[in-house]
Amino acid sequence: MTDTINARPGYSRRDALRLTGAGGLATFVAPHVLGGAAFAQGNAKAPKGRVVVGVSQEPTTFNPLMVHGETDDAVIFSVFDALIRIDAQGVMQPNLAVEVPSQANGGISKDGLVWRVRLRDDVKWHDGTPFTAEDVKYTLELIVSPKFRAWRTGGHSLVRDLKVVSPTEITWRMESAFAPYLAFLAETFIVPRHILEKEADPNITAFGQAPIGTGAFKWGQRVPGDRIELVANPNYFGQGPFISQLVFKYVPDMTVLYTQFQSGDVDLVDQAYITADHYEEAKKLPGRTVDLEAASGIEGIFFNLERPQFKELAVRKALYAALDRKSIIDSIYYGVGTVTETFMPPQSYYHDRTLPVQDFNLNAARKILDDAGWVPGADGIRAKGGVRLSFANSTTSGNHLREQMQQYMQQIFREIGVEMTISNLPPAVMWGDFWQKSQFDSGLSGVTFLIASDPDVTNRFASTSSLAKGGQGSNVMQYSNPKVDELLKQGRSTFDQEERRKIYAQVQRIIREELPFLPVFAYTVILGRKSKLDGFKFNPNVRTASWNAAAWSWKG
Amino acid sequence: MRGFLVKRLLQSLILLLIVSVIGFAVLNLFPGGPLAQYALDSSMTQDDLMRLKEQLGLNRPLYVQYLDWAFRLVQGDWGHSFRDRAPVLSVIGRHLWATFLLMGSSTILAVGVGAWIGIRSATHRGSLFDHAATIGAMVALSIPTFWFGLVGIYVFTLRLGWLPAGNMYTVGDESILDYLHHLIMPSAVLALVHVAIWSRYMRSATLDVIHQDFVNTARAKGLSERRILMKHVVGNALLPMITLAGIQLPSVLTGALVTETVFTWPGMGRLFLDSLGYSDYPVVMGLLMFSAVLVIVSNLLADITVALVDPRIRLA
Repeated sequence: MTDTINARPGYSRRDALRLTGAGGLATFVAPHVLGGAAFAQGNAKAPKGRVVVGVSQEPTTFNPLMVHGETDDAVIFSVFDALIRIDAQGVMQPNLAVEVPSQANGGISKDGLVWRVRLRDDVKWHDGTPFTAEDVKYTLELIVSPKFRAWRTGGHSLVRDLKVVSPTEITWRMESAFAPYLAFLAETFIVPRHILEKEADPNITAFGQAPIGTGAFKWGQRVPGDRIELVANPNYFGQGPFISQLVFKYVPDMTVLYTQFQSGDVDLVDQAYITADHYEEAKKLPGRTVDLEAASGIEGIFFNLERPQFKELAVRKALYAALDRKSIIDSIYYGVGTVTETFMPPQSYYHDRTLPVQDFNLNAARKILDDAGWVPGADGIRAKGGVRLSFANSTTSGNHLREQMQQYMQQIFREIGVEMTISNLPPAVMWGDFWQKSQFDSGLSGVTFLIASDPDVTNRFASTSSLAKGGQGSNVMQYSNPKVDELLKQGRSTFDQEERRKIYAQVQRIIREELPFLPVFAYTVILGRKSKLDGFKFNPNVRTASWNAAAWSWKG
Repeated sequence: MRGFLVKRLLQSLILLLIVSVIGFAVLNLFPGGPLAQYALDSSMTQDDLMRLKEQLGLNRPLYVQYLDWAFRLVQGDWGHSFRDRAPVLSVIGRHLWATFLLMGSSTILAVGVGAWIGIRSATHRGSLFDHAATIGAMVALSIPTFWFGLVGIYVFTLRLGWLPAGNMYTVGDESILDYLHHLIMPSAVLALVHVAIWSRYMRSATLDVIHQDFVNTARAKGLSERRILMKHVVGNALLPMITLAGIQLPSVLTGALVTETVFTWPGMGRLFLDSLGYSDYPVVMGLLMFSAVLVIVSNLLADITVALVDPRIRLA
């Protein structure tokens, strides 16, 4: 809809001139045919058309270094560039850098402590100022500046001795070898020094509401509560952009967002995507492409391993065997979701596909508990050594799908002599101290285990990452295994991707065997777009579907 | 009159103080807070969260935070939004116009249609029209606006294709006609409920007046029914409506939460919902104070207007 409207101004002037140049012949040919052809040959980069992306939360933060959410990423990925980017296959690609630093190309020293990044020399900020290594230095320094409200300082706080060698080369030293930093850099967008260094307070700036980047799209305007408009950057150093305008439309209600996709007002539904209950209908919409795409979150049942009921592996194994995940996905989640055996997202480079698959088998579950000596009492609930096999399960109250799942779990666990009660809490309470300080018995949650798509899961599984045990991190299960700790340490300081894959395969295997949490399914998002939108690619390694808008164009 | 105004002003200041203290306390006592949304984000460590809390001043005692906020407010500094870091007054200002357009048009529609239905119901009491209006009003009041909105979008957008599914305008068009085209459905849906309210009030107000002595006198003088109705009945029945309008005026600006959400209308109602959802304290407090001032001012205006129109009332 919007593309056809906008095709008019996009082609008129320039093509009119071309037609005149083509001489008499042109008058005999339908103008739009020739116009289109001449357009394509003459200047492949001249952008044309508009894409309206619907988002269900309003993008408000445009300084990419400040605290922001997924919805802001949609805008940030188009306005800014990072040194490197992660592609849909999970492979790092150069962006502002000319090559991805590695130990092989000398960008990272053998001990992993000295980094050197070579930069492109043909990049300009949207205001025309050349981009140089000074901007990179400024960006990395600003992040750790104590007065700046930075998004995350992990990795950056290890950087020392930043040195600008030349306008196209920068080096630094790391306090300790930290392999995930490469992935962190893929989410560290570079900001312009010449604009920000003039600001007294880097938190409240004009730049924050009208950002200047190096990206494929320039800032147009923001209509608060309504939309953000970006326009093509004709001087972009990379491929594209092929569309002249990119609009992020804020539609707060998910049903209304879907309706606007149906009516054609929205060309692409980005975060939080189409809801599962609309999937069947959406598939049949004419002129739309609706795909299921694996995302990075995992829905799981998390155990508090310090509770006596869950200390024994047999219990966790039995509960896993009693969980009919296929039925949960099909009958509760409208068939949208993928059975998985690990915390690693299915599309990750590090996902181990050889892990044993758990079958649903109630008899096997009963046998595991019988063998372990858990004997049913008078009320049918098993007990062992004075511990009754009864626990509470908690999640956000008001999440209907999860509540249905809990009722299902309650019934099926009862069949193997396990009692589960449901105790749900409002989100702010549930995910506050109750969750973070491990005050729950078991919890039902959707978790993204990886940070910036790096396979390092220290934050989730290292014994030092439990708040309840005095550590720092999100190991809410209070999981502790010296072997895993060792592997995670090894993985953090190993830079070779193949080597790392082997290390994290071992971690996945141990977690699969010990079951500190039960993976129910890997999240799948329903991505809807107009079929005429070309060049779209889903990337499970980033938080937005609009990560490569530079490659988008309208067919025909 | 002056004494009345001074008294009112003092009352208002105390009222604002109470509103701000309660608002601030309730907002901060609710679990969560501005950083809660990031607590589940695996990329934010506990250290990062603590650092942000300190930088935003959220780790200070609550009374210090309140006093700091109140002193700045008195000096005209409403603070900055946590979300986009823009000054609170400009955040409010940017949403005001959208709400004003929607609420203004729907109020005009509602008052016009509502008054007509109310008067006609009263003068034709017990007629088919009166019964239909009563039932219609009950239906309109009891069915949620959300439902009307979605049905409207289904029928007029998806089935008939006459009206847009929402938004304030088509991106790239933005002509007056385009605005009006987008305004029809949200305005009508919102007016539906208000028509019901206004017609009920108008009906009972007209009935009160219609049997009074001065109406009978007018009739005895031989005035035409039409003249009696227009000059004597309606004029007097509208008096209590001024007070009602005074009570309703703040809602004109604080917006229609539901309608603005269904029709993706970028107004004040949605700003309030969003700010609350993100615990954007400065904006929520700003909106609270803004609407408190509106309530006070519009009630004052209503009192003064009634006094000016009705010679029986004197302000002291």
